[in-house]
Amino acid sequence: MIPMEHYIIISSVMFFAGIYGFLTRKNLLAMLISVELILNSVEINFSVFNRYLYPENMEGMFFSLFGIAVSAAETAVAIAIIINVYRNMHNIDVRHIDVMKH
Amino acid sequence: MSISLLLLLVPLLCFVVLGLAGHKISARIAGLTGTAGMCLSAILACGLACRYFFVDGKSEGVYRSLTPYSFEWLRFSGSLHIDLGIFLHPVSVMMLVVITLVSSMVHIYSLGYMRGEKGFQRYYAFLSLFTFSMLGLVVATNIFQMYIFWELVGVSSYLLIGFYYTRPAAIAASKKAFIVTRFADLGFLVGVLLLSFHTKTFDFAELTAHNAALVVDSATNVSFMGLSAASWAMGLIFVGGAGKSAMFPLHVWLPDAMEGPTPVSSLIHAATMVVAGVYMIAVLFPVYSFAAPDVLAFIGYVGAFTALFAALIAIAQTDVKRALAFSTISQIAYMMTALGVATQTDGTGYTASMFHLFTHAFFKALLFLCAGALIHAVGSNDIGKMGNLRKYMPLTHLAFLISCLAIAGIPPFSGFFSKDEILTAAFNNNRLLFVVLLIVALLTAFYMFRLYYRIFAGNSRNYEHPPHKSPPTMRFAMAALAIFVCVSGLVPFSQFIGVDGTSHETHINPAIAAAGVVAALSGIVVAALLYRNSSGRAAQIAARFNRLHTMAANKFYIDEIWIFFTKTFVFGFVARPLAWFDKTVIDGVIINGAGRATEKIAHLIKGLQSGQIQFYAFIFVFGTLFITIWILLV
Amino acid sequence: MNIFHLTLLSSFVVVPLLMLVVLFLCRNARQARTVMVIGSSILLMLAMVLTLLFVRERAVSNAPMLFVSDLVWYAPLNIHYSIGVDGISTLMLLLSAIIVFAAVFSSWQMNRDYFLWFCLLIIGAFGFFISTDLFTMFMFYETALIPMYLLVGIWGTGKKEYAAMKLALMLMGASALLLMGILGIYYTSGAKTMNVQTLIDMNIPLMHQYWIFPLIFIGFGTLCALFPFHTWSPDGYASAPSAVSMLHAGLLKKLGAYGCFRVAICLMPQGAHELSWIFITLAATGVVYGAFCAVRQTDLKYINAYSSVSHCGLILFAIMMLNETAMKGAVLQMLSHGLMAALFFAVIGMIYSRTHTRQLNEMSGLMKVIPFLSIIYIIAGFASLGLPGLSGFVAEMNIFVGAFEHDDIFRRVLTIAATGSIVITAVYILQAVGKIFYGSVTNEKHRQLPDAFWYDKVSTLILLAGVILIGLAPFLVSGIIEDGLSVFQLRI
Repeated sequence: MIPMEHYIIISSVMFFAGIYGFLTRKNLLAMLISVELILNSVEINFSVFNRYLYPENMEGMFFSLFGIAVSAAETAVAIAIIINVYRNMHNIDVRHIDVMKH
Repeated sequence: MSISLLLLLVPLLCFVVLGLAGHKISARIAGLTGTAGMCLSAILACGLACRYFFVDGKSEGVYRSLTPYSFEWLRFSGSLHIDLGIFLHPVSVMMLVVITLVSSMVHIYSLGYMRGEKGFQRYYAFLSLFTFSMLGLVVATNIFQMYIFWELVGVSSYLLIGFYYTRPAAIAASKKAFIVTRFADLGFLVGVLLLSFHTKTFDFAELTAHNAALVVDSATNVSFMGLSAASWAMGLIFVGGAGKSAMFPLHVWLPDAMEGPTPVSSLIHAATMVVAGVYMIAVLFPVYSFAAPDVLAFIGYVGAFTALFAALIAIAQTDVKRALAFSTISQIAYMMTALGVATQTDGTGYTASMFHLFTHAFFKALLFLCAGALIHAVGSNDIGKMGNLRKYMPLTHLAFLISCLAIAGIPPFSGFFSKDEILTAAFNNNRLLFVVLLIVALLTAFYMFRLYYRIFAGNSRNYEHPPHKSPPTMRFAMAALAIFVCVSGLVPFSQFIGVDGTSHETHINPAIAAAGVVAALSGIVVAALLYRNSSGRAAQIAARFNRLHTMAANKFYIDEIWIFFTKTFVFGFVARPLAWFDKTVIDGVIINGAGRATEKIAHLIKGLQSGQIQFYAFIFVFGTLFITIWILLV
Repeated sequence: MNIFHLTLLSSFVVVPLLMLVVLFLCRNARQARTVMVIGSSILLMLAMVLTLLFVRERAVSNAPMLFVSDLVWYAPLNIHYSIGVDGISTLMLLLSAIIVFAAVFSSWQMNRDYFLWFCLLIIGAFGFFISTDLFTMFMFYETALIPMYLLVGIWGTGKKEYAAMKLALMLMGASALLLMGILGIYYTSGAKTMNVQTLIDMNIPLMHQYWIFPLIFIGFGTLCALFPFHTWSPDGYASAPSAVSMLHAGLLKKLGAYGCFRVAICLMPQGAHELSWIFITLAATGVVYGAFCAVRQTDLKYINAYSSVSHCGLILFAIMMLNETAMKGAVLQMLSHGLMAALFFAVIGMIYSRTHTRQLNEMSGLMKVIPFLSIIYIIAGFASLGLPGLSGFVAEMNIFVGAFEHDDIFRRVLTIAATGSIVITAVYILQAVGKIFYGSVTNEKHRQLPDAFWYDKVSTLILLAGVILIGLAPFLVSGIIEDGLSVFQLRI
């Protein structure tokens, strides 16, 4: 059996890659992908901890499934927003989306 | 004694009626109402005086003080309260008679003098207000009631000086009169507060009882800067009196006050209000003489100096009313000096001062009324525009001559008797002051007869219209006052008014009387020599003493000094910097500065709210990391 | 619980509230005006009835507060809606009712929205005077302040936005101090209550009084134009519409003074005593300083605004003298200044609406053109410079006599300085009177101005009647005032 640490290393790498991407990428789609990465890393963690620490229970798995559903919905909404932003501004670079501020 | 109340209420009623409904009734009826009220008051006052001096007042040879009415108007604390009431003693009864008599004459005179003036009703309303306030002042039962009416006469004087409110000079004069006296009243107020702090009472009867024992006990032991509290208090109260009575250097308002209608000058600025200061010191005389003899001596010197000073100025004036105003200052200072040389044991000065007040009220009022008639006839105040008026106005001439003789102190006119008593008192107590007063007597005779000759003798000028005779009301008032002037000196005054309420006999000291008469006569003779014919001799002498003459004509520049003090110093160096300070420092630096500082800080930290989600996330992530590490490590 | 007491005092808040509701239903200015006239008359009558009832009730009762009632409002923090009046607050209610009545008549040309805020303001003022609970007091205080911002900012003239902002911010800042102070009292007194009558028997430790007293005194004092926190008032008054200046100078400043007395002095007498030297100095400075600043002003409203700084300084000065005579003078001065300042601002508003200027050098000879208003102004001026027979004199004399009861040089000097201000007052009053009313008319446009209309007369004459009544018969009110001070006397 693969040791738990391996999973955790993978998910940590994914998590920080996501954070790094979220903080540095200026493209809205790339930022969305980064957010997805963060979410997915968390879901991996849920599953792994559930599988290794409490194999008799299934809450972690359920929570992962729940998270996948939420992120799907969120992605749908976010992409809809991004498309609308693109339609209005012909651009999805966050540095330029500051009309609300002015 | 209910007439004492009635005699006060009649003028008050006149004021209220004329003040509220004056514009609805005709000028004639308004004038007659005021005059009738005043005459009624005068009759009541004479009745009251008879009752007091011959029936009610005297017991066991001493005139008692009576308080027929008194009620508590305002209570400050346990023992301090202002009462309003009526306090009758020989001096106040005498004053009641003088005020109401002169006032009724002035009321009658004004019917003619002010006819056709705009605001005739207002004029009578103010006259009634003034008379009421003045009567209230003299019957005050306590020093605070006196202060109340003191302010009220001040304001009625302000209103009457500014009666011709479209004339800039009148406005300025009224303002000046009010503010100068108000400034002096500050001294009065502080003095009253200080005195009452120690004695716990405002009441005249209590203050003066038993040779002012109350004041002596409580206020002479406390001292501040070398003077006892009583001296401070009485000195400050004298400042108030000096303001009202136009003592040097607070006399500056009185000559300017001549901008008011002439009958007003006659009533307020010659006969009644300006002697309020003398009256006040007379009422508080026991306190002065027992608790603050140093202040009393000071009053004597201030009085003598003012008398001399004002007499010198009067010589060089060409405006008839202003010359009379300086003469008034000089004569009031005479009364002050007389009080200054009086003591509780030798009351000659006290009696003499009151006597002079009594006679002066009549002859000076008459002089002003005559001046009014002259101005009415010629249309100018300037004596340079008058001359040989004897021909045109015989009655005025006679009245003026009588009052000139009276003020110069020629027997048997009234001024002689009172002036002689003052000289006697000064001779017995202070030789220096006696000499000064004698010189003033000479100067008085000189400047009065200078006026007389320049107005009534000499060549007639080119009058635009021939000087017309005065209306009968004016002539009646002048004639009546002339009679008073002739007889008032014959009143056995010391029978009625003495420093301790007892009667005295006075004897004319032939040597002093002779000295006084000689001084007066020499003044008259010099004046006659110089001014009888319009020769150039007077001008030559004036030219020889050019500097002195210019200084006297310019009133020794006291006004200019005051103006420098107020305009340049108080306004320029106090008010202006303060206003600037308020605008720039408090408002500009502190208040607006706080506003600007807030804005600046907001501007500085505004950058943090960039709206960039990634920046927020960055802060969030590193903040979380930071806190986590902090918790782990600490 | 006495329903009569509750309704009697609460009606001072309920009536303006009803006026507010009815105003919403009004469709034009005329209806709004009718509502205001009816409402303010009711308030005036209520205040008079209350005064009479108070005098009658006082004869049989010794309680410190009369007509007391109490409703729990928020139990966990022990906040109550508790109301009651003593002599001072009764007179303040009467004063407020008179000023409100006069202000309604002098804002005759205003529209419905203006009156809405006006009503909100008077709810605050009346509510403040009937409250005996610190929390409700504070709440009503804030209620009175906020409409002021809009009234000045919208209906004002000149630099109105700046003035409104300054006024609102300074007073809000002050009320922040106040809130801190109130919380301080709440926690340090040991009673965990906000009821003033309960707190008065508790002793706040002196150590705490040292910081709470200045907070409360400055908090309320700012509203009463305590030097150097006074600068909102000249700008505010100059920009506000005249009726608002009337309410503010006449009424809201009294809120400040009343608060200083009721909260700062009554609850913390030892602190007041220890710190009095600071606040006496500030107040006396304000008295002289305000007077001197007024001398230099050229705008009628600025003159009277600074004059009001000077007169209100005298109120605070008297309060800090901490003796009964001076306190009585302070309350009399509150009444007198309230009426007088309202009268001044009313007349200035009327003159301004005719001449469209308030500059001294642009007017002259108005006595000939508008005699009624001129005479009223002159009488108000005389009251302001302390002429006997008008209200200012009575108040000032009480204050000075009271201040002279202290025998130390420090207070003597400050008292004499404060007395000196009456001379300066005479200077600036007579200067203004001489310039604008006397002389001959120089401005051709001013030759044909209408004199006072009937509503102007109503507004000024009722205020004038108050000024004269207090001036002639101070004994009518001084008894009622002494009643309110007796509590205070016990504490010293």
